[in-house]
Amino acid sequence: MNSHGSFLQSIAASLAPERVLTQKEDLIPYSFDGTAALKQRPLCVVFPLDTAEVSACVKLCAEHRVPVVTRGSGTGLSGGSVPVADCVVLCLVKLDKILELDTRNLTLRAQCGVITKEIDDAAAQHGLFYPPDPGSMKISTIGGNVAENSGGLRGLKYGVTRDYVMGMTVVLPDGCVATLGNKCVKDVAGYSLKDLFIGSEGTLGIITEVLLKLLPRPVARRTMLALYDSMEAAARTVSAIIAARIIPCTLEFLDRMTVGCVESYAKIGLPTDVEALLLMETDGHPAAVDDEAAQMVEIARQNGAREIKMASDEAEGARLASARRNAFSALARVKPTTILEDVTVPRSELATMVKFIAETAARHRLQIGTFGHMGDGNLHPTFLTNERDHEEMVRVELALEEIVGHTIALGGTITGEHGVGLAKKMFLRQQLGDASFELLRLVKNAIDPTAILNPGKIFD
Amino acid sequence: MDYSILQQCMHCGMCLPTCPTYVETKHERNSPRGRIALMRAIADGEMNVSRSFGDEMYYCLGCLACVTACPAGVNYVELFEAARADVEQSKVLENPQRSFWRWLTLEIFFMKPRLLRAAGVLLRCYQQCGLEWLARTLRLIWLLPGNLRKLEPQTPRMSDKFSNALIDEVEWPRGEVKHRVALLTGCVQDLAFSDINRDTADVLLANGCEVVTPRVQFCCGSLHAHNGAPHLAAELARKQIDMIDPESVDAIITNAGGCGSHLKHYSNLLGGDPAYSERARLWDSKVKDIHEWLVTTGFRKPAAGCGMSEVTYHESCHLCHGQKITRQPRAILNAIPGLRVIELNESNWCCGSAGIYNITQPEESARLLTRKLDNVERTHAPAVATSNPGCHLQLAFGLRNRIQSMCRTVTQPVSMLAAAYRGEPTNEGQHDSR
Ligand SMILES: Cc1cc2nc3c(=O)[nH]c(=O)nc-3n(C[C@H](O)[C@H](O)[C@H](O)COP(=O)(O)OP(=O)(O)OC[C@H]3O[C@@H](n4cnc5c(N)ncnc54)[C@H](O)[C@@H]3O)c2cc1C
Ligand code: SF4
Ligand code: SF4
Repeated sequence: MNSHGSFLQSIAASLAPERVLTQKEDLIPYSFDGTAALKQRPLCVVFPLDTAEVSACVKLCAEHRVPVVTRGSGTGLSGGSVPVADCVVLCLVKLDKILELDTRNLTLRAQCGVITKEIDDAAAQHGLFYPPDPGSMKISTIGGNVAENSGGLRGLKYGVTRDYVMGMTVVLPDGCVATLGNKCVKDVAGYSLKDLFIGSEGTLGIITEVLLKLLPRPVARRTMLALYDSMEAAARTVSAIIAARIIPCTLEFLDRMTVGCVESYAKIGLPTDVEALLLMETDGHPAAVDDEAAQMVEIARQNGAREIKMASDEAEGARLASARRNAFSALARVKPTTILEDVTVPRSELATMVKFIAETAARHRLQIGTFGHMGDGNLHPTFLTNERDHEEMVRVELALEEIVGHTIALGGTITGEHGVGLAKKMFLRQQLGDASFELLRLVKNAIDPTAILNPGKIFD
Repeated sequence: MDYSILQQCMHCGMCLPTCPTYVETKHERNSPRGRIALMRAIADGEMNVSRSFGDEMYYCLGCLACVTACPAGVNYVELFEAARADVEQSKVLENPQRSFWRWLTLEIFFMKPRLLRAAGVLLRCYQQCGLEWLARTLRLIWLLPGNLRKLEPQTPRMSDKFSNALIDEVEWPRGEVKHRVALLTGCVQDLAFSDINRDTADVLLANGCEVVTPRVQFCCGSLHAHNGAPHLAAELARKQIDMIDPESVDAIITNAGGCGSHLKHYSNLLGGDPAYSERARLWDSKVKDIHEWLVTTGFRKPAAGCGMSEVTYHESCHLCHGQKITRQPRAILNAIPGLRVIELNESNWCCGSAGIYNITQPEESARLLTRKLDNVERTHAPAVATSNPGCHLQLAFGLRNRIQSMCRTVTQPVSMLAAAYRGEPTNEGQHDSR
C-alpha cells in the first residue's frame, strides 16, 4: 500500500489532481467494460490530455511497476479494458480533438478519444466518408476501434478499421513515443509496424493519435428486405449476389428466434414463422444502385425468398433497416444477462453454423438468438440468460465451447471483431496452433518485456 | 432496490453520449451506467449509501435521456427514484437548512394545495403592488439568505388569476359531446401559467370534449417521487384518484410533460395497496398528455394562423424520454396554417430545469441552459415552444438575460393551437359557459 501511496502522489503531481480518481465511488464505475460478468476494481483512474501526458503516466507506471489498462469508452465485448488488480486505468476520452481534415489527400488526423461517429460526421461535412461503423459508433472511441480492429455493418464492401488506418502515434511501454505510417498511399519502408498495433488490444502500446483514410461519400443507397423459409436459401442468395459480381454494402441476417424477439418488441409487422430475414443495401452512383438493387431482388426471388420488399426512399429504407437495428435491443430485453458472441466462419459455411447454433441451444435448453453479417460470415450468437442462475451458466459455458469448437472445425475464427481480451483467451491456442501462438507471445515479450500493458489480456 | 432492474443493465455504454452530466465531465460515475454500477455495488454489499453517492444521485438530472438510448430497456426511472429514497432514508445529505426546505416544500406547500395557492396570492401581491420593485431598488433582497437571493430573479411571475377563476368546473363544447375528459391543472402550471390551462380547455372544447376541472387539485406527486419521498408520492396518488374517478371520464388530460410522465405510473406506487391498485391501473391507462390525446382522437385543423410565422420546438425531457411523445406536439404545430416549424438541434437535450435542479445544481443547470439557448439562437426563430412549466420558466429566464437573442417568446403548442382556433372567422367563442 505504501508503494502505491508514493505512486499515487507522483501521478497526481504529474497530472492535475482532479484528473486522478482514487475514491471508491469513482472507481467502482470503472470496474467493467461492456462484457458480461467480468469485474475488477482498479487502483486509480487517470485522464491524460495529450500524448506527452500519456507518455509521462506510462513512464511513472513503468518505474513503479504498476500495470496500465488503457480504456476508451469501455464498450468492448471481450473484457479488454476490464482492470487488473492494482492497476492504473488510463482513460483516454479526454484526448478528444480532431486535429486535421486534409481534403487534398483525403485523410483525417484525430486524437484517440474522438468518438467514431464524430469522425464520420466531420468527414460528411466535406462530402467524405469514414466507412467502419461498429454498432457502438455513437460512443466507441477511434482508439478503441483501432485497438480492436473493429468491424461494422459495411465490412463486406468497405472492409474494417484496419483498412482505413494510414498512421498513428503510439506510446510504448517504456514511455517513448513512436510515429508509425504517414499520408502516403504507398509505403514499404521497413515492417508495417502500424499493423502490429491494430488489433493489439492495449497490450503493445497506447495509440494516442490516428491518421485515417477517407473515401468520397456514396451519393445513393437502396435498401431491401427478404424473408425466407430456410437459412440455406438466404445463404444461397448471398452467394448468388456475389457471383453476379455485385458487392452490396450491407448483407445482414436475423434468425427465427431474433425475428420473433424483434417483432414482439418493435411491432414492425414481420411474420414470426420465417427462418431467416435478410437485409440488403447497395450504395454508390444512383444509376448503378438502381440497377444492382433490381438484380438483387431478382436473385432473392430465384433463390426462394418468400417475400421481398424494396424501399422507395430513405425513410422507407430506414424503416426496413429497423428490423436489423432493433435486433440487439430486442434480444437484450428478454433476460437479465445478454452475452453477445462473435464467432466467424467462411461465408460458405454460414448456414451450417447457424443451424449448429440452434441445435446447440436446444440441446442445452438455452435461448440463443443469432444475427450478424451474412456477407462476411460474422455471426453474433446472443445468449439470453441470467448470470445469477449458476446451473444455467454452466450450460452456457458448455454451449459456448461447442460453438467455438465447431467454428474452428469449419475453418472459422473465435472472434471476428470483438477481440480476445479475457473472454476468448482460453480458446486462442486452439485457434492459432502452437507455433503461431508462441510467435504472438514472442512479439509481446519483445515490445513489453515487463508485461506492464494490459497484462493477462489475449494470453497469460 | 429491485435487483432484477439493476441486473438488466449490461453495461454496454450506449446511454453515455445521451447523458448530459457524462458529456460534461466524461467521468463514468456521472453517467447512467456508472450510477447503476454504484447502486448495484450497494445492493451487493460492496459499499454503503455514502454522502458521495447521495451527491451523485442529486447530480443526476433525472432527464431520462438514458432510458431512450438504452437497448436493454433498463427502467432507470425506478432505479433513480429508489436510489434517491435510499439517500434520504440514510440521511447522508442531511443538514438543518436542507431539512427545513425539504419539509417546507415537500411536506407543506406541495401537500396542501390551498396553502400553495395562498402562498401564490402573497407572491402575486409582492410582485404586483410594487414591493418587488421597491425591494430590488433598495437592494432589500440582500437580506434574504444566500440561496433564496440567487433564486429571487428566477421566481415565476404569478398569474393574475389562477386556473379556478379561468375555468369552470364543467364546460361543454358547442356541438355534440364526443368525449368527457378531466383536466389536471398542475401546481406551477396553475400558479404561473393558468392561461395555458385555459388554452388547453379551449382546445379540448373545440374538439368536442366536455371538460371537467376539479376545483382544488393536489400535486401529482412527481416532485416527491423524484426527491426521495415515495410515501408522500403514494399519498398524493391516492388523493388524485379520490378526486377524479377514472371510471367517470374517457381521459385524464395533463399538459405538463413532467407531471404526465409520473401520472401514468400510479400503479407502481399503489400496486401493493389493495384498496387502490385496481383503480390505479385504470387511472394509468386513462392519463393522456394533451398532444397525445389530440393526435389520437384526430384533432380539427385550425382554419386560421396563430399570429406567428416561425417557431422552434424544445422537447420536455419527461414528455419525449419519459412518455415517448415526440411526433404529436410537432404534428400540432405543423397543422397551424402559416406557421413554419424550424427543427431545433438537440431538441431533446435537457434545458437544465429538471424539476428543482436549477435550485440544487445551479452551475450545471446554467451550462445546460446556455447550450440550449445557443441552439435556439441558431434556428433564428423568434419564438420557442415547449410543453412543461419547468422548461418554460427556464427558457424564459434564460432569454430575459440574453437581450441579444432573436428569440423573444416562449410559448406552448396548445396555446398556439388555441390562438389559431380563436382567430377563425366563424368563431364566436368555443363554449357555453364563458
Ligand atoms: C452495443 C454494442 C455494439 C457493438 N458493435 C460492434 C460492432 O459492430 N463491431 C465491432 O467490431 N465491435 C462492436 N462492439 C464492441 C466495441 O464497441 C468495440 O470493440 C469498440 O472498438 C471499443 O471501443 P472503446 O472505445 O469502447 O474501447 P474499450 O472498450 O475501452 O477498449 C477496447 C480495447 O482497446 C484497448 N484500447 C482502447 N483505446 C486504446 C488506445 N487508444 N490505445 C491502445 N489500446 C486501446 C483497451 O485496452 C481494450 O483492450 C460493440 C459493443 C457494444 C456494446
Ligand atoms: S444503455 Fe442501458 S444497458 Fe447499456 S449501460 Fe446504459 S443503462 Fe446499462
Ligand atoms: S437521467 Fe439524465 S442525467 Fe440522469 S443518468 Fe439518465 S441521462 Fe444522465
